[in-house]
Amino acid sequence: MLFYFIKRICLGILTITIAVSMLYTMIHLVPGDPVKTILGPRASPEIQAQIREKMGLNDPLPVQIVRFLGNVAQGDLGQDVFKRKSVNTIVFEQLPHTIYLVLCGIGWAILIGIPLGCFAAVFQNSLIDRIVGVLSVSCIAIPTFLVAIYSVLLFAVTLKWLPAIGAGDGSLISYIRHLVLPAFAVGLGWVGYLARLVRASMLEIMGEAHVRTARAFGLKEQTVVFKYILRLAILPTITLIGMGIGILLSSAVFTEIVFARPGIGRLIYEAVTSRNYPVVMGSVLVTTVLFVVSTTLADLINAIVDPRLRTKI
Amino acid sequence: MSGAWHGLFRTVRRVMHAPLGALGLFLVVFVLISAIGADWWSTHEPNQINVRAAFASPSLEHFLGTDQLGRDIFSRVLVGGQIALKVSLISIGVALLIGLTLGLIAGFGPRWIDNILMVLFDSVRSFPTVMFALAVVTLFGPSLETIMIIVIVTQIPIYGRMVRSQTLALKNSEFILTEQAIGAGFFRIIFLHMLPNVIGPLLILASMDIPFVITIEAGLSFLGMGVRPPTPSWGTILNDGYSYIYNSPWPVIAGGIPVVLTTLGFTFLGESLRDVFDPKLRKDA
Repeated sequence: MLFYFIKRICLGILTITIAVSMLYTMIHLVPGDPVKTILGPRASPEIQAQIREKMGLNDPLPVQIVRFLGNVAQGDLGQDVFKRKSVNTIVFEQLPHTIYLVLCGIGWAILIGIPLGCFAAVFQNSLIDRIVGVLSVSCIAIPTFLVAIYSVLLFAVTLKWLPAIGAGDGSLISYIRHLVLPAFAVGLGWVGYLARLVRASMLEIMGEAHVRTARAFGLKEQTVVFKYILRLAILPTITLIGMGIGILLSSAVFTEIVFARPGIGRLIYEAVTSRNYPVVMGSVLVTTVLFVVSTTLADLINAIVDPRLRTKI
Repeated sequence: MSGAWHGLFRTVRRVMHAPLGALGLFLVVFVLISAIGADWWSTHEPNQINVRAAFASPSLEHFLGTDQLGRDIFSRVLVGGQIALKVSLISIGVALLIGLTLGLIAGFGPRWIDNILMVLFDSVRSFPTVMFALAVVTLFGPSLETIMIIVIVTQIPIYGRMVRSQTLALKNSEFILTEQAIGAGFFRIIFLHMLPNVIGPLLILASMDIPFVITIEAGLSFLGMGVRPPTPSWGTILNDGYSYIYNSPWPVIAGGIPVVLTTLGFTFLGESLRDVFDPKLRKDA
């Protein structure tokens, strides 16, 4: 068990290291001088040389990567040369907004999706089951940014129920009002994923011996469904959510841009459009770490719950 | 050849048997026909500007209304569909070929190559797709080719992994071992025995990826990081429409509906194809 844990964590660290090195190499191999991008074309050669020295761009690429990784390991993501602020400050100012968005999105999806899947499984092959089936496939198939645009069109522009853009004026109520539509957009696809998964795993568990035994003992149907089936059927959703954090972060990018919300997605987008390499590196790195950590956690939780998985890595 | 046609016909009949499969097939055929014949169906030159007719509602003159420059949205949607399908078919095709090759090498080749490929695949997959896409666009600049590169690079690991696990499962099966004992060459085993067993599930997986690629293309173009204006794309139509959403709802509605229809069509079709070909994967099995 301990061996599996160590192996899995080492694998996670290795993946992050390689991913970061790949990104760093890509950024620095591409034609176009980062210094010129930062200073503009008319900067004097002396200043260019000075900045290049300061950013350590004269060293060979592997040295730069190792130094960057070393700094990252010490918790330093570098310096934003445009704003003269540390990338840490910038990224961690924006991160909470994205985390609230993702948590609220997945939260309402859990509240709706799991009961839907449960209903569909209990009434298998009924009309409810079919409707839930079609609904969940449709929810999965429609891209998040379209859901975001259409919810703005319907609820903000046409009905004027909720605000369309920004994150509010600072008060809690207005923050929540500004969170409703983005969270709806982020979560809608997940209602579909969760409903399908819960349905499938409930149907699987329904056929198992312990459920038959519970029924044979004359337990109430409710008790059987909630205590003996649903409790087990919910386990795979933990993995799905852990694995899906990448999808969640991706949909957060679109949602934050459509709703002009602060957050890490919009940060990356703006850094990309202004070619602000240090911020791109820092924020992509943070999201990658989030992603790898959550998939690793999901794997570990799974290994605790289901020992059979430990041998497969 | 007649056997292949017969098989295709039988598959289509079985797909048509499920209501959602029939709907999916209908939508896919509809989208394909409208994209292929975009030049014939379009009623206006897609980039023709007519500012006096800006923000027109749907009418017989402009079936889906006009955008902020008075361009005919119906024609732009058709040409946009052509671009979306072109991007998805080319990039998925290339990713399939490379993924297939790498997967076969990983599954059949020496252990160390397998290990290296697996770590590489995992590293590519460890970026959330959109973050990776944004980083790549920063480097290469926005264009159709960049989108294709992004799709190819992110899809290769998925196909590669699948081919690898299929190959590994087949590698020690009796008929392959027998072939090897008889003295069959490497290529004979790969092309005659491995490929036919691997290609079916791979094609189903690929057809279910088309909505994903269309979403990526439309999404990046919506962010201004894909197809460059004035070339019409569903994403740029949505982007233009979203900027003027208070002036007219039609551009946003007209730009989004095709995306919804296409993704739903390919998803329904893919699901029922999977049910037909692979009963083991059926969702209620």
